[in-house]
Order: sequence, then C-alpha cells, then structure tokens
Amino acid sequence: MSYHNPHTPPRKSATFDDYTLAEIRRAAATGIYDIRGAGAKRKVPHFDDLLFLGASISRYPLEGYRERCDTSVTLGTRFAKKPIELKIPITIAGMSFGALSGPAKEALGRGATIAGTSTTTGDGGMTNEERGHSEKLVYQYLPSRYGMNPTDLRRADAIEVVVGQGAKPGGGGMLLGQKISDRVAEMRTLPKGIDQRSACRHPDWTGPDDLEIKILELREITNWEKPIYIKVGGARPYYDTALAVKAGADCVVLDGMQGGTAATQDVFIENVGMPTLACVRPAVQALQDLGMHREVQLIVSGGIRSGADVAKALALGADAVAIGTAALVALGDNDPHLEAEYQKLGTTAGAYDDWHEGRDPAGITTQDPVLAARVDPVAAGRRLANYLKVMTLEAQTIARACGHNRLANLEPEDLCALTMEAAAMAKVPLAGTDWYPGKAGF
Amino acid sequence: MPVFDLAKTPLREFNAALHSVGNGDNDTAFEVLNPRGSHALAVGIDQPLSVDVRGSVGYYCAGMNDGGAVTVHGSAGPGVAENMMTGTVTIEGDASQYAGATGRGGLLVIKGNAASRCGISMKGIDIVVHGNIGHMSAFMAQSGHLVVLGDAGEALGDSLYEAKLFVRGEVKSLGADCVEKEMRPEHIEVLAGLLEKAGADAKPEEFKRYGSARTLYNFNIDNADAY
Repeated sequence: MSYHNPHTPPRKSATFDDYTLAEIRRAAATGIYDIRGAGAKRKVPHFDDLLFLGASISRYPLEGYRERCDTSVTLGTRFAKKPIELKIPITIAGMSFGALSGPAKEALGRGATIAGTSTTTGDGGMTNEERGHSEKLVYQYLPSRYGMNPTDLRRADAIEVVVGQGAKPGGGGMLLGQKISDRVAEMRTLPKGIDQRSACRHPDWTGPDDLEIKILELREITNWEKPIYIKVGGARPYYDTALAVKAGADCVVLDGMQGGTAATQDVFIENVGMPTLACVRPAVQALQDLGMHREVQLIVSGGIRSGADVAKALALGADAVAIGTAALVALGDNDPHLEAEYQKLGTTAGAYDDWHEGRDPAGITTQDPVLAARVDPVAAGRRLANYLKVMTLEAQTIARACGHNRLANLEPEDLCALTMEAAAMAKVPLAGTDWYPGKAGF
Repeated sequence: MPVFDLAKTPLREFNAALHSVGNGDNDTAFEVLNPRGSHALAVGIDQPLSVDVRGSVGYYCAGMNDGGAVTVHGSAGPGVAENMMTGTVTIEGDASQYAGATGRGGLLVIKGNAASRCGISMKGIDIVVHGNIGHMSAFMAQSGHLVVLGDAGEALGDSLYEAKLFVRGEVKSLGADCVEKEMRPEHIEVLAGLLEKAGADAKPEEFKRYGSARTLYNFNIDNADAY
C-alpha cells in the first residue's frame, strides 16, 4: 500500500482577502484612491442587533387596526416662530441638485409631500422645482455656500447648518467635472466641467462660539421664523450635541457612518466616524444632561431602512429620523431590472456606487439629460410615498405591540440587545439579562 | 431719518425695521448710534436703503445685503458683508477675518486693513481694501475682484478659481495654483472703475494681477503634491 503525503488545500489570508488584494492591484495600476458614493458597506453594529420586547403581563398592548397610534412630530419648538409640523417622523435627508438629477429631486419633494414630511436641499442650492413640489423644505447652509441667497433662505421652512455628515465627518466633498452641467455650474458660480470642491469647514466661522453668532445672523435675516437645525457627523455625539444646543440649535441632526454621500474616498467612508447605533444614546444623554431632551429635537440618520429602524431610533430617544440611500432605492436606484446596464458598468444591481461618474442607469445620480429623463417624478414620488407609508405602518405596529399610542412614547425599556456590542452602544440590556456593558453596579 | 440707539433699542427691533421697508417707502435712510460691537447688525437688507453706523460692529455686519448702502464709521468684526448679493458696504476703519466671504455681488470697501481670509470663497463680489490684507485671502475665490492697495499676506489666492486679484504692494506668497498674470487693457479698465467707486487714490498701472493657473481644476494624481 503506497502512501501519498496529503496536500494542504490552498488557503487565502483573512487579512489579505480577495477584495483587499484587488484594491491593492487597482491602486498600483491607477495611482489614485477609490472614490465612490453611498455610506459604509462594512458590517457594523446596527439596529438589527436590537429587538423589541413587545407587550406582556406588565405591558398592555394596543389593538393594531383599531386603536390610534400618533405619528406626528413637531420640529423646531425651541426658538422658531414657525416650527415644522410633520405627519410622520421620517424625513428626507439633504441631497444636492448636482449630485442628483432634477427629476430625482422633484420626486423626493413629491413623495415627501404626499407622506406629510419634509425634504432637504443639498450642496448646490434650492431649485424652483424642488421648492414647488416640497410642502416642507429644509434649506441646507453648507461650507461651500453654493447657491446660497437670502431669498431662498426666507422661502425655506427650516435651515440646516451642516457641520458634518456621517459618511465623512471632517471631510468636504467633490462634485467631479463630468456632472457639472450648465445649470449646475451656474447655480454654483463656477465654470462648466471643472471639479467643484465642497469645503470641509465653513468659511466664516470656526467653533461653537462663532456658530452661535452665525445662527443669530440667520435668525435675524429670517425674522426668527425658521427652525435652525445643526447637522453633525457621528464622531463625538455627546459633545457635538451639547455644543449644538449651546450654539442655539432648534434641532440636532446626527448622521452615523452608514449615511450616504455623493462622492468621497472609500477609505474615508469605511474608516472614519461611528456607527449610527453608537451615536444615539450619547446624543440623547447630552440633551438630557442639559435639560433639553424633547425641547431640542434629535433627528437620526445613517442606515435607516425600515419601520423597525425608525421605531428603534425613536425608542433610543430620537424625535425623528432622516433617510437618504433608502429614499433613492425607493425612487429606483440599483433596481435589478437595470442589471444588464449595471453589468456594462462593471458592477451589479445593489452594488452600484459610482454615483460621482454621472452614468447612473436609473437616472438618479446623474446630470445626463437622457438618463435623467428615465426618472418619472410623479411615479417615483409615489413609490417614495408608498415606502414612507409602509415604514410608518411598521413603526406603528411595533409601538402598539409595546403598548404605546404615540411613536414618540417608545423608550429604551422596550428594547433588548442581541450582542454585547449593541448592548454597550445602545445601553439596553443584553437579551435575557438586566445587564449591559458599562452599567453601574456590575 | 430714523435713528436707532442700540444702547436703548434691541437689535431685533432695528433689523426688523430694516426688513419692514417696502418699495416706495420714504424713510430709507437709517442711522445707528452706540452699536457697541453688536453682531448681525443690518443683516438681510432687501431694499435700496442706507444705513450709517456710528461706531464699530461685531460679526456679520450687513450679512447677505441685497441692495443696501451700509457705512460703518468704525471697524468691523469677522464676516462683514458675508454673502452680499448687491449694494455697497463701506468700512471706514479696519475689518476682521473673512470680510466679504462668499459674496455674490455688490461692492465692499474697507478703508483700513483687512485680516486673514478676506474674500474667502467669493462668488462675484468686488472688494477694495485701501490697506493690507492678511493670509489666505481669496481662498477658493470663485468670481469677482479683490483689489488691495497695500500688501497681501501669505498664500494669496490659494486654490483660486476665476476671481481676479489686484495687489499694489507686496505679496508675501502665492497659494496653490495662484499665479501672476498679464495686466491687459481690459483689466486696467475694470480696476480703474473699481478704484474710482471705492474712492481710492491709486493708479491701475501700479497694480499686479493674479489669477488661477487652472492646473487644479480637474483632479489629477500627478498634482497630489500641490494639495
């Protein structure tokens, strides 16, 4: 009987996996880092790691199809003469005309309006179509100040001072030249076809003391009517929230690292910032420590996909959420029916993230008029409204099961965590225990 | 002429009075006493009215001015005339950082010196500084004209787009992608007009022109050392 030494099978490195090797080769071949859209794709602790407990002997549930569960929320009650009243606590996050096509922006406005919520401009100013189709429109005040003017400031329903965003806290942006159409160029006061850099810092203030004065200026210009939000990326949520309150914010928008971007370096998206789940409780704690919880509203964004995510964010203390990527998917982004075209671009439906290149087959992240015409703003807006309605119904279903007649009444005690990490981040007990890491007394 | 004494009158009341002026109103000339460094003074003007401020002001005086003629008989804090659309803002003294930041139109005249980042991200405004300007002025300036009768600090015009810069004195250093350019007749003509409007006693021929080399307009890895 002969004996053959057995061969060990080929073994690939967990550290140098196929994706990593491909990225090294791509970098070596091109000499440039990878730029893409969307948010973090790595797996991080998220709302999936939390569960609702539902009703039991100690909790009395509400009848799903008969007993009312209020979904409304009012934003900007601290200083603004005209707070925003929304029918649902799900808003549309800021995305620019420039990054998105005109029909896509119009669809966002239409969908949000049908659903009774707000949509938000982006780094590029306010278009008449967007204003016209958005019953409630939040006007972003960004470092680049592209398209900023007092007339639009006054016709907005709220002003959002953008300090950072979750995909790239501490980073600016770049709208590459191929997406700069005549109209985009005119709105941004720059020549057509050149890269348009969005600065990472505001040009005329540098810190919370300055920000307080900047907010004073915005309030004086708009007669103290508009709620003023401050948007921060998920970096230091406790201190950023506290400083935003100190600076005079009516609302804080807190965007975790799963939040999308139109175009940023992949290394930035995947390696800077904190998961949304880890951001919510510190921000709520800051508001509570200052006696401002519910007085200053907290809007959480970054990876919100379903009514369950909405309910979990609210249970952790948020007043509302904002969606971006999910809204684009509802409009038709990354739809499998376009698979053949995604294949031509070297990608596949569900993975397409070269939003900066302006070749989006769905016509959403492009300024190509032929591609943009693929978006029917009415139909796409209807899909978004449907999606928002489903999310709301889902959140109501959960809230009723937990015994609440308002979504805003959801609370941390309704939750348990599936993992130690989620328990530590959300400060809710690990399932089956009354303990979470860091809890005093253990 | 309506006179507002800010030692006795809240800022809100004064700004609200400016915003209440409508087309055809007679009282369009305002005077402010005791500004005491107030922030956000005379912001958001949207009518062709005039404001004379007797003293120095804080941050963002005449911010987003759209048609007003504001004169500060003193010095101005950071961000004077930020994001101005149209109109004229004149500072008889000095101006702090970010003067004229992101301004889209109109004329900002600073009779004294301006600190750092004067004209940062300007988008069409014309700025004339009779004295010197600080470092990083005209950073990422997109459009408009910055005229400096004195000297300019370090990194003038860093990452400049299409704004045109004219400096009579010395430039300590130029920022990335900012270069000296030929002064052609059309530039002399524009500069002469701005100097006249700003009441500046200088000859256009004494100035040098600076503008963008346009080498950083589209990202190129070979330019990485410039960023």
